[in-house]
Amino acid sequence: MDVYEKLRILTDAAKYDASCASSGIDRKVERGGGMGATLAGGICHSFAGDGRCVTLLKVLFSNCCAYDCSYCVNRRSGSGPRASFEPRELADLTMEFYRRNYIEGLFLSSGILKNPDYTCEQMLKTLTILRREYGFGGYIHVKAIPGADSWLTTALGYLADRMSVNIELPSAGSLKQLAPDKSKDGVFSPMRLIRDKLLEGEEGTLLDGGRRTVAPVAGRYAGENYPAPGGGERKPAPRRRRRRKVEAFAPAGQSTQMIIGASPETDRQILNLSQGLYRSYRLKRVYYSAYISVVESVNLPAVGTPPPLWREHRLYQADWLMRCYGFSAGEILDERHAFLHPYLDPKCQWALRHPELFPMEVNRASYEELLRVPGLGVDSARRIVRARRVCSLSWDALRNIGVVLKRARYFLLCRGKTFPGLSRNRQAFLRAMLSDRERKLYEKREKWGQLSLFDDGSDSLGGSGGCGSLLHGGSPWGTISAASTGPMTAVSGASAGRSASGGTLSGNGSGGLSGDLLYEAGIPMLTVAEKNEMEWAGAPVWE
Amino acid sequence: MGVDSCFRYDGTMEGWLCCVFETYRLKAMPQQIIGPEGQELSLFGCRQVETVEAHADRVRRGIREKLGEGFWLTLRHLFCTCLPDRELVMLDLTCRGFRYGPLILQVEGDPVVAKARKALTRLFSESHLLKGFIRFSVQSGVLVTTIGPKNFVLPYLAAHFRHRFPEERFLIYDEIHRMALVYRPHETAIVPMEDFRPERPDEAELACRRLWRLFYDTIEIKPRHNPKCRQTHMPKRYWKYMTEFTEDAVEPGEKSIPGGKWKNSQ
Repeated sequence: MDVYEKLRILTDAAKYDASCASSGIDRKVERGGGMGATLAGGICHSFAGDGRCVTLLKVLFSNCCAYDCSYCVNRRSGSGPRASFEPRELADLTMEFYRRNYIEGLFLSSGILKNPDYTCEQMLKTLTILRREYGFGGYIHVKAIPGADSWLTTALGYLADRMSVNIELPSAGSLKQLAPDKSKDGVFSPMRLIRDKLLEGEEGTLLDGGRRTVAPVAGRYAGENYPAPGGGERKPAPRRRRRRKVEAFAPAGQSTQMIIGASPETDRQILNLSQGLYRSYRLKRVYYSAYISVVESVNLPAVGTPPPLWREHRLYQADWLMRCYGFSAGEILDERHAFLHPYLDPKCQWALRHPELFPMEVNRASYEELLRVPGLGVDSARRIVRARRVCSLSWDALRNIGVVLKRARYFLLCRGKTFPGLSRNRQAFLRAMLSDRERKLYEKREKWGQLSLFDDGSDSLGGSGGCGSLLHGGSPWGTISAASTGPMTAVSGASAGRSASGGTLSGNGSGGLSGDLLYEAGIPMLTVAEKNEMEWAGAPVWE
Repeated sequence: MGVDSCFRYDGTMEGWLCCVFETYRLKAMPQQIIGPEGQELSLFGCRQVETVEAHADRVRRGIREKLGEGFWLTLRHLFCTCLPDRELVMLDLTCRGFRYGPLILQVEGDPVVAKARKALTRLFSESHLLKGFIRFSVQSGVLVTTIGPKNFVLPYLAAHFRHRFPEERFLIYDEIHRMALVYRPHETAIVPMEDFRPERPDEAELACRRLWRLFYDTIEIKPRHNPKCRQTHMPKRYWKYMTEFTEDAVEPGEKSIPGGKWKNSQ
């Protein structure tokens, strides 16, 4: 089999892995041999037709697998061609791609070839050729193989930039059911090993004052040392004291991934799990991957079920809130809310539940408070904080510094004033809160709801919602779905009735700006009782 | 000042510094500053600003000493942007800087400062995108590529690729600004270049391109096809320079990359 065919098979087998980051570390190669550097911010080299970025050469070392996980395309009982790279072949391919600037580095995962140790050894061989022989300084993301010897995992970590172990499914029960060869402990023990190694490295950094040669980042642009056309002399680079160079263990940290929509966990359970992973395992990222039904199994949604992309999207939004915006999982979804809202983003949902905090004065709110305003991101909040050091901000100034006010205007005050000409009617508020696509879906749902008050609702819903495909018997999903087929019309009918009467949840007590607006907008808040998987099945996928 | 409300300069940073000098000498702001090929809007004459090294040096020293290195750096960045009236914006900022102090750049609510900030953001984001989107071809041991950026990004790519390929030789040709970044081990230069035509790719190069196109087409998850998302992240104007969207010519002797026929795979 030639490289072309191998690349086709092993890319096809690896593409369901969500992780694509090349970020977290700055490194340059030493002069004299070697090639490659990494940038802390990461670089996207292309974007595939599905809109996901292509950064690393993402391949499996081998798609022969000794395991039989029912959700996986590479499972032992699956059909399809099998292939494995030779270590040198893959290393050469990586170098050729890297040299032409196609990629930022290598993402290497693998099926279990023979046994975990053997697989790990082959991957180790590839990485050793790249790093030691070719002096490759680019990014390497490597999957730890659960069940491999800890010495091998450690050795991989010293050659890679980032390591990850997929926890695959959001609960031990689902893992047991869908991946009988894997166990919770099998997943968490390498994760623990990596964490401990990382912590060891941090202590080392404190002791010897810097473990690796790191390029300066703060406040520097790539072109700074280069004379701009027609002006300025070249500054001599400041002499840097040479530091002792020590190998670092996975300097860009570790990440993990789980599959969403193959098992019955709620969003709340998933977010709590992620929070736990961020806190106790110090992960850099948790990736969520909408389950794409390619495998026929009684335990899984039927083949052809659209992947729950909306749900994945909302989970990522919630995940960013936890990592960069100071939210905790409990704030995003409390006991009464098990699922993220299909039409409102999680931050908006949170803000509308907390009318007592809004509107917020732009010139006085702290950075942390600004981050909690719907429509303001990390960039905008930073700009506001920087700009208001010089003078207090007016609405015009706010727009000039590049803050998008579409949503934020409903939650902010500038010098004590609300946004001039702020429209408080329901349509305007909906237009501001929901993206066009979300609004269309929301309005469609409303229409169904109203229809179902008069007609036989199950028809109109089943016909247009595309959720019929979920109603196949046998699976836990089937039972959930079947049980709620009847009440579903009642649910949508009820929410339509509620929106007609004006909102289920308004700011109790204070009746602040957004409380009123919510009341007027009549966006129904979904509680555990109302919300079930049907909502998600009913929410159409991205077109 | 009326008659001389338009300055024409030679398009270099020194030339612009002399425009600042001229503004202070005449004690009046120009309405327009244009490069050697610019079209004047004024009905009246256009003052030709000669580039005098001594004047430029005096203004440069003034800016660096009174307004600081940060301010000077911002001006140099601004000069690389594609803002149509960048010379005037820079002049306005400099004059106000001399009057109110370098903190003027921090007044981000100000329309001119906001305009400058926006232009800088575009410059930096375009140079960042190109760090990823550039596709080199190996041509007798040298890495070559053509780009067509809106901003003058070559100085911003220099350090990046120098760190990446310290032992290679490479050439990045900017066909919009007709400049090229050339590098051979431990030496970089940005030189004017009128035209650049890549040679016909050899067999190894063609094989590598085929592999990359295969990888690109395979990595997409088809049930998640989302062309709009792709286009938002990767605007189409970059596509015609990228290997994955171009096809190699079949006939011998025909040059197809870069700028060849690019497929529109929607």
